Amino acid sequence: MEKKIILKANRIVKYFLEPIKFKALDDVSFEVAQGEFVTLIGKSGCGKSTLLYILSTMDTDYEGELFIDGIKITGQKQDNLAAIRNENIGFVFQFHYMLPEFSCLKNVMIPALKLGKYSYDEIEYQAYQKLELLGIKDQALKQASKLSGGQQQRVAIARALINEPKIIMCDEPSGNLDSKNTSIVLDTFHQLSKEFGQTIIAVTHDNDFAKSSNRIIEMADGKILVHDLKIN
Amino acid sequence: MKLKVNTEIALTHLLTRKKQTMVASLGVTVGIGIFIFMISLVVGFNRYSDESLFKAVPHIRIYKDDILSRPLMPFIDSVYETVIVNPKIANLTKSLINPDKILADFKKQDYVLTVAPQVSASLFYNNGTSQINGIASGVNIMEANDMFNIQSTMLAGDVSNLLTLPNGIIIGVGIADHLNIQLNDNINITSAIGVIKVMKVVGIFKTSNSAIDKTKSYTTLVVAQQLLHQSTSYVTDILVNIKDPNKAPEYAKRFENLTNYKIEDWQAANEQTMASNKTRKVMFGAISIAILLVAAFGIYNIINMTIKEKLNDIAILKATGFKGKDVINIFIKETLIMGFIGTSFGLVLAAILIKIVSGIYIGGDREYFPIGFETPIFIMGSIIGMLVTLGAGYIPALNAAKVDPIEIFRK
Ligand SMILES: Nc1ncnc2c1ncn2[C@@H]1O[C@H](COP(=O)(O)OP(=O)(O)OP(=O)(O)O)[C@@H](O)[C@H]1O
Ligand SMILES: [Mg+2]
Repeated sequence: MEKKIILKANRIVKYFLEPIKFKALDDVSFEVAQGEFVTLIGKSGCGKSTLLYILSTMDTDYEGELFIDGIKITGQKQDNLAAIRNENIGFVFQFHYMLPEFSCLKNVMIPALKLGKYSYDEIEYQAYQKLELLGIKDQALKQASKLSGGQQQRVAIARALINEPKIIMCDEPSGNLDSKNTSIVLDTFHQLSKEFGQTIIAVTHDNDFAKSSNRIIEMADGKILVHDLKIN
Repeated sequence: MKLKVNTEIALTHLLTRKKQTMVASLGVTVGIGIFIFMISLVVGFNRYSDESLFKAVPHIRIYKDDILSRPLMPFIDSVYETVIVNPKIANLTKSLINPDKILADFKKQDYVLTVAPQVSASLFYNNGTSQINGIASGVNIMEANDMFNIQSTMLAGDVSNLLTLPNGIIIGVGIADHLNIQLNDNINITSAIGVIKVMKVVGIFKTSNSAIDKTKSYTTLVVAQQLLHQSTSYVTDILVNIKDPNKAPEYAKRFENLTNYKIEDWQAANEQTMASNKTRKVMFGAISIAILLVAAFGIYNIINMTIKEKLNDIAILKATGFKGKDVINIFIKETLIMGFIGTSFGLVLAAILIKIVSGIYIGGDREYFPIGFETPIFIMGSIIGMLVTLGAGYIPALNAAKVDPIEIFRK
């Protein structure tokens, strides 16, 4: 059975104009099917984060086209993009960004409160579940800024999961994690993709992490080198 | 707590930065407090100055103005010069014709409070060799008292004495002092046309205007008419008080079309006072607006600072699906909460200041500083307070909405 394409990038070109004109992405085209767990690898500075920002709909300044779930994203208004992000995309940043004054629980809840699909109590319950999934339920009521880097990373992942988005995008999700927590994250991602059909696109430097994903895309100098790299 | 998410974020920002929140609110408190206080000061003082004015001046006065004689040879056309020109005051009499009808007409109007006829007679007050010139106002004393509240200015005696003593006179304290006359003494008066009368002083008044105290006296209408050798239908002025003194010019204009007489509103009769009232308003208005602007700038600064410190938060919120208008909403809420706290305390501050100042003894007929709690000013102050803070928060909030999250994440 042919799998449904959830994300499609068509000939994406990205320039940075400052300090000098520089082509960060050069004619990038690829597709990701629903329920796929894809990792993106490549040398530092090859344009992985830049690409991910475009895929996440946050960066609208590029050439080419982007489709998510069959809908053309390129050219949409900021407010529409915000709504699409809120509902369909969970994002984990390369540097774990939290709202420092809020508890971990609130950090996880906020995107769901914004979406407003469930009642406050239901959202709270779901947030506890996500935190439990990533093994940090015990930190739920702590202020986010008081957590260690690895803990914050996992809270950030929990936050990305809260609205059960179609696509979860992660920039170095395992960067700050020990092997035990890395395997928790990996298991979670596999479970999400297999059981709930959620799509995961993760940038990583960790070959083991990449190896355990469904597919590896390798980038170099703003181009895609290999669409399905095999590492042994 | 189950607040809307934007409200919850705004509150958390404020509560985790209590000190800044307090400082910004305090700015508004001082701004609004002083603003309301200053405006109350002006309003109180202007009212007081109007009130003391109205002890001597009616809202509208109707009298016969002097008419200049026309050239004997009328102007024909520009080729010929008018040669015989000798303009003179050509009134035969200062009397208003059929004053009873005018009085009755006025009394019928529902915006009129009191109408009183008056006969003004210039005269000399004598005691032995000392002499002062002045003006006697012949009035129905109870009507005049309704209008000018003469009783409240009485140092000695009672206005109603004029009703029982036909040859009674109520004189200003300046006259009494100068001629060394006390209550119940007799006083000689001589009118401009030479009528001499001996009157009994039944009252002495003191207004806040010493020029009036040195010249003015009240007698009955009949006495004033006799001083001028006139009949009982002779009336020189009709004085009208209306419900809303500020509308006097409007009504004056309306009546002007109905009669030939000069109709003068109190504002026109007292341009000096009007000008100083206006000056005071402008001056205090400018000062209070300056203070408000400083307070607004304080809020602007603090919100701006908050936004600078919260760039990460804004970026995360936008990345997780908050729209530009949500970000504006959050920061506007923060501003409004600070504005609300600040304004509330500002009202308290204004009330305290007014309370203190209203207890300051200044002497004169008012005794205490003329300032009071004016509900409309407090309401206006609260509205202005909220509007100013809203304006001050709106500009930085707009900038916050424009924050580009990837620029923050790339750092
Ligand atoms: N705002 C910017 N202005 C100019 N150049 C930029 C900007 N952001 C990134 N670049 C450049 O674009 C290229 C790609 O950067 P990007 O952050 O996507 O790399 P990356 O693959 O994510 O690297 P890493 O693995 O170190 O995170 C780099 O050469 C970088 O210097
Ligand atoms: Mg990167």
